[in-house]
Amino acid sequence: MARSGAFWQRLHRWASPPGFYRLSGRWVPWLAAASLALLALGLVWGLLYAPPDARQGNSYRIIYLHVPASFLALAGYYVMAVAGAIHLIWRVKLADMLMSAAAPLGAALTFLALFSGSLWGKPTWGTYWVWDARITSMLVLLFLYLGVMALRQAYASRETAGRACAVLALVGTVNIPIIYKSVDWWYSLHQPATIRLTAAPSMHPDMFKPLLVMIVAFYLFYAWVLILNTRAEILSRERRAAWVRELAEEDVT
Amino acid sequence: MNPQFDSLAEFAAMGGHGAYVWGVYGVAAVVMAWLVARPLRRRAQLLAALRSRRESR
Repeated sequence: MARSGAFWQRLHRWASPPGFYRLSGRWVPWLAAASLALLALGLVWGLLYAPPDARQGNSYRIIYLHVPASFLALAGYYVMAVAGAIHLIWRVKLADMLMSAAAPLGAALTFLALFSGSLWGKPTWGTYWVWDARITSMLVLLFLYLGVMALRQAYASRETAGRACAVLALVGTVNIPIIYKSVDWWYSLHQPATIRLTAAPSMHPDMFKPLLVMIVAFYLFYAWVLILNTRAEILSRERRAAWVRELAEEDVT
Repeated sequence: MNPQFDSLAEFAAMGGHGAYVWGVYGVAAVVMAWLVARPLRRRAQLLAALRSRRESR
């Protein structure tokens, strides 16, 4: 009992805005270094050393951006929706800050997924855009992210805005399984998933390994930017608190 | 493992698909740099505003 009491105390301190601000400050340089190093490795490997595709030639190299950006666009939605649920149920302030940090990041990654898919579609399918299930449901994902961002601006009360955003984010999770299953449920130009948990990847290992590096790099990049956004949000919301004013005095840079 | 391209020109051309491949990576570089710069600038501006308010008092 005493041990679990200490655990909850630690968690509580960790989930308090100043606690998270201090702790996350120690992670930022490591996340930055690791994501930049893996991005550089994955890019050189994927663009220069991976063999060309037998049918697509070199245009397939867009995969090294398209797949990681799409993965994180979807994973980022879970982060936003789960943070919203935590805020709704337990009224954790930090969860609301995380949710508002996740929205613009997710929107930018969804845009990159759509943009890279569009530029890949032209040489491969002969068109920049088709209104098929996968692409349309990804566009809906972009609008959900933008909707959450707009909704936050629409309320004068931060508390009401946070709750409204959380509800919208949770309702929008209906779209996520549709995106995943769209290539199996409907006839689509988009190819089925290259990577499945239940089967070996349908890709040569020489092409697959750099893709794996890029996916890990994007997860780290996501974590890095999510933490940077959350830290800025914490400072903005707590700017009248004594600990932030002290921080401003110390931090001359 | 060897590079798949014999020259820089070939690397840039990407077998005739250079505009698509480099278009994707160029835009991604700009967007990702902006994603990192945005919260850093916001944080610096917030702290600077707090300091200048303190000094004007």
